[in-house]
Amino acid sequence: MSDDIRELYQQMIMDHNKNPRNFHALPDADRTAEGYNPLCGDHFKVFVKMEGDMIRDIAFEGAGCAISKASASMMTAALKGKTRQEAKVLFDEVRKMLSRQAGGPFDETKVGKLATLAGVCEFPARVKCASLAWHTMTEALDPTGKQVTTE
Amino acid sequence: MERSMEAKTFNAEEVRKDFPLLNEQVYGKPLTYLDNAATTQKPQSVIDTITQFYSKENANIHRGIFCLSEQATKRYKSARHKVQEFLHAASDKEILFVRGTTEAINLVVQCYGRAFLKKDDEVLITHMEHHSNIVPWQMLRDERGIKLKVAPINDDGELLLDEFKKLLTDKVKFVSVVHVSNALGTVNPVKEIVRLAHEKGAVVLLDGAQAVAHTPVDVQDLGCDFYAFSGHKLLGPTGIGVLYGRKELLEKMPPYQGGGDMIRTVTFEKTTYNELPYKFEAGTPHIAGVIGLGTAIDYIRSVGIERIESYEQELLKYGTEKLLQIPGLRLIGTARKKSAILSFVLGEAHAHDIGTILDRQGIAIRAGHHCAMPVMQRFNVPATTRASFAFYNTRQEIDRLVAALHEVTEVFK
Repeated sequence: MSDDIRELYQQMIMDHNKNPRNFHALPDADRTAEGYNPLCGDHFKVFVKMEGDMIRDIAFEGAGCAISKASASMMTAALKGKTRQEAKVLFDEVRKMLSRQAGGPFDETKVGKLATLAGVCEFPARVKCASLAWHTMTEALDPTGKQVTTE
Repeated sequence: MERSMEAKTFNAEEVRKDFPLLNEQVYGKPLTYLDNAATTQKPQSVIDTITQFYSKENANIHRGIFCLSEQATKRYKSARHKVQEFLHAASDKEILFVRGTTEAINLVVQCYGRAFLKKDDEVLITHMEHHSNIVPWQMLRDERGIKLKVAPINDDGELLLDEFKKLLTDKVKFVSVVHVSNALGTVNPVKEIVRLAHEKGAVVLLDGAQAVAHTPVDVQDLGCDFYAFSGHKLLGPTGIGVLYGRKELLEKMPPYQGGGDMIRTVTFEKTTYNELPYKFEAGTPHIAGVIGLGTAIDYIRSVGIERIESYEQELLKYGTEKLLQIPGLRLIGTARKKSAILSFVLGEAHAHDIGTILDRQGIAIRAGHHCAMPVMQRFNVPATTRASFAFYNTRQEIDRLVAALHEVTEVFK
């Protein structure tokens, strides 16, 4: 097995894929959005419960590949208790990490455990998988009415 | 080429030498190209034909009174004749050049469907159609109020012929069916389908995109009214395809697009149309593509389509046995009569994760819904991984695929 495959599908990602966190509907959510990549079939719904400007609870449902599901799961774990602004800043950094040139820099202190997804940048075709849930979350927080897709 | 072709046993290693791309490496690994249902690689002769055309022979056809144009016209016509022979059509006037299978089907829907199908007429398709044989009919349904009916398939991905017969009522005026399913590999009993449909007076189109490069096709023996295929799945260039249509039908159909080449005379008051096949070929066609397709057909004929079919059936048998030994692997599409396509799901691994892991081993496969979403819905899977073979594939490549799938199992254990 090649090193980049080992890095991409490391244990934490496979764990989040197998046992996704916050993987359920939120009946009292005040914001939801759906993201769908028709070519690969990845399809997620993100639920957000706000308290003022803070994300009090966040969950997701749906189906997709290991990368998209693990990313969605890790995202929900990372965003609970964050403000909208903090969520936006985090996504910006995650986006930078996913789409950088392989080996390029990103701020590991800002992304925390999400650094597990850093290996995705070696697989340009899979960046859309890792970022789908994040764009869906953004649409839930700031609805534009547009269909969310990263393809 | 004759060197290997005379040998009794098929020598894939020998034909591989004719395909320069098969020598490429991916991530430092030899390329294992198993996405032939999406597009096939091109033999050197096809590449040379196109290069030669643009470097030495390029001119527009049917126009110039000069040497080059006359030669280009001659080669263009000769390619049409090659297609006619390849499909065993009665006349080369029945061979129309289009962009591909999708355009061929759209042409039939636009020109035959809009002219001859009325409100409440029924069109019968099957559950295993490619989107290109579903969506154009839905567009006609929305415009004209025809009814679209779908014949079901069983768990092996075979057409339920008894159900098909029940759906084939007197109201069915058109039957449009895939010859070989791109998502399942199923070979449909198309001759029987044509016979049944004609008994009811329905017109029949066969989508031959996945058939022509893998099995002999004789449109007169099949009896179909239309037959569509793409050049690029037959070792030819992209952007060129063929619609075969029976002359009586093509003659009564209105033209597809208006423009140059498809007319006889034009005044602002009235235009008279050119004869077949030009009536359906407005504008300067893909001349290099047509000539390249002709060379691709020459190549296929030099290898022999029967030999290709029997070798690919051996590959299918070998691949099926090997894949079924992988724990957790489930084949989607287990028809008794199949083309060399292995569509499968593997445990909890998503098709795209499988695709990525295989890619790093240099193995090119397709992961997704294969433009046949209703097939995915029928088997209740979001996507499948599909390995599709050509006659230049080898058992060794199947062994590489199997080894890489064990790696997938390791990652997803």
